[in-house]
Amino acid sequence: MSLSLRRIWGLMFRHIALYRRSWPRLVELAYWPILQMSIWGFTANFLMQRGGSNAAMIGGAVMGGVLLWEVALRSQMGMSISFLEEIWSRNLGHVFVSPLRPWELVAALIGMSMLRMLAGVIPAIALAWVLYAFNLLSTGPVLVLFFANLMVMGWAVALGVISLILRHGAGAEALAWSVLFGITPFSAVFYPVSVLPHVAREIAFLVPASHVFEGMRAVMLDGHIAWDELALAMVLNLVWLAAAILIFRRQFQVARIRGALISIGE
Amino acid sequence: MDAITVSHLSKRYDETLAVDDVSFSVARGSTLGLLGGNGAGKTTTIAMLLGLLVPSSGSIRVLGHDMARHRFAALARMNFSSPYVSLPSRISVRENLQVYAHLYGVRHTAQRIAELARELDLTGLLDRLAGELSAGQKTRVALAKSLINRPDVLLLDEPTASLDPDTGDLVRSWLERYRAESGCTILLASHNMAEVERLCSDVVMLKKGRIVDHGTPQDLLDRYGREDLEDVFLDIARGRTSLEAHT
Repeated sequence: MSLSLRRIWGLMFRHIALYRRSWPRLVELAYWPILQMSIWGFTANFLMQRGGSNAAMIGGAVMGGVLLWEVALRSQMGMSISFLEEIWSRNLGHVFVSPLRPWELVAALIGMSMLRMLAGVIPAIALAWVLYAFNLLSTGPVLVLFFANLMVMGWAVALGVISLILRHGAGAEALAWSVLFGITPFSAVFYPVSVLPHVAREIAFLVPASHVFEGMRAVMLDGHIAWDELALAMVLNLVWLAAAILIFRRQFQVARIRGALISIGE
Repeated sequence: MDAITVSHLSKRYDETLAVDDVSFSVARGSTLGLLGGNGAGKTTTIAMLLGLLVPSSGSIRVLGHDMARHRFAALARMNFSSPYVSLPSRISVRENLQVYAHLYGVRHTAQRIAELARELDLTGLLDRLAGELSAGQKTRVALAKSLINRPDVLLLDEPTASLDPDTGDLVRSWLERYRAESGCTILLASHNMAEVERLCSDVVMLKKGRIVDHGTPQDLLDRYGREDLEDVFLDIARGRTSLEAHT
C-alpha cells in the first residue's frame, strides 16, 4: 500500500473503529432513511389504492425519489459529520501536524461518506422491496449513474460546509444537517421541474440533482434513459466540485493564517 | 547542521503581535527549552514550527526543509505531544496508536506499538478506551503517539503535566535515553523548571512574543546570579534584567 493510501486508510480506520464501538452511531446511520422510506412508502401505497395505475407509477417515482435523495443527503452528511467528529474529539491538531495532505483528508472523508451512505441507504432499499414491493434496482444499470451523481453533489456541498466550519468554527456545524434541505425544493425530488415557478426553474437548472431526478422519472414513468439530463448533471457536478475544492483550499489556507486549526473546536 | 532554524519569525493577529522577530536554532541531537509565561508566544511558535500556523514573516527550516514550501517532508520526520490536544477518546489506546502509525507510514505497526507500550508502561492499557484513562495515563499515551514514527524532531508541550513525580521522572528518563539512542532533536515548552534544567542544553526565554534571553541553563543561572531556573524565570517574568538581578 502506498504511503498516501495508508494515510487515507489511517483516518478511515479511526472512524470505523469508532462506529464499531458505538451502536447509537450505527443506528443513526440507518434510522432516518428507514423512517423516510416508511412514511413515503405508506403515502405511495395510499396513492396506489386511490388513484389507479397512473397514481401507482407516480407513487413509485416518489419512492425512488425518497431513496435517491437519501444518497445525496447521506453522502453530504457522512462527509461533514466525519470532519466534525475530528473537531468534537479535539483531534484536529494531531491530524494536521501529521504528514496527511489536505487532499488525503478529503479522500478519507469521501471514503467514510460512501460507507455511511451505503450503511444508511441499503437497509432502506431492502425495506422498500420487502414492505412495498418497490425494487429500486429494477431501474437498471443507469442507477449507478444516478447514485454517482448524487454522491458527487453531496460531497461538493459537504466541502462547502467544511469550508464554512474552517472559516467560522464549530458555530457553523448546524449546516452539516440542514444545508441540503435548503436545496430540496430545487432538486425536483418528488415533482418535475416543470411544476416550479419560472425563477425556481432557473435555479433548479443549476442543481445537478434536479437533472438526476428528471432522469429517474424518465426511466420510471416513460421507460427511457434521458441521457441529456444525465450529461447535464455530470457537467454541473464537475463545476460544483471544482468550485468546492477551490473554496476548501482557500479556506484551509486562511485557517492556517488565522490560527483556526488550533482553536477550531471553540 | 541545525535540525531547526528559525529566522526573524513574526506572527501578527490584527493588532496583536503574538511573536515578534524571533530567531533561534536547535542543533541536531540537542534539546531546546522554550520558556515563558502565559501569552509569551510559545504555543504560537510551536504551531508555526508544526505548519499549523502560517507566519506573518520570517522563515522556518526543519531538517533542511523550508516549512513554507515542503512542510510535509519535514512533518513525516517530526512529531508532537501536548496534553492540550486530545486523542480520540471513544476508541482504544491500541486503535489510536494504529491510526497514527498509518498516518506516519510506520512499518511493523504491531511490533512498534508493543515496544512503546512496554517502554512507557502501557501494555495493560492498550485495549482500554482512551477516554477512560487518568490524566497521567493519557499523557503517557500522547507521548507514545508522539514517538510512534521514531521522530528526528520532537516537539513537546508540557510533556509531564498531570503526571505524578514518579511517572514524570520515568518519562524524563525515557526521553533522555531516547534522545541519546536516536539522536533526536527535542524542543520542549514547559513550566517545570527542574525538568528544563535536567533535559535542556539550551533555553530560549520568551516574553510578549520576543526573545528576552537565550543560553544554556548554566549561562542563565550565572547571568542572573540565581540557584535555579525558577528564580531566573521569575526575574524575567517580573521584568528584572540580569544586571538588576545581580544587585
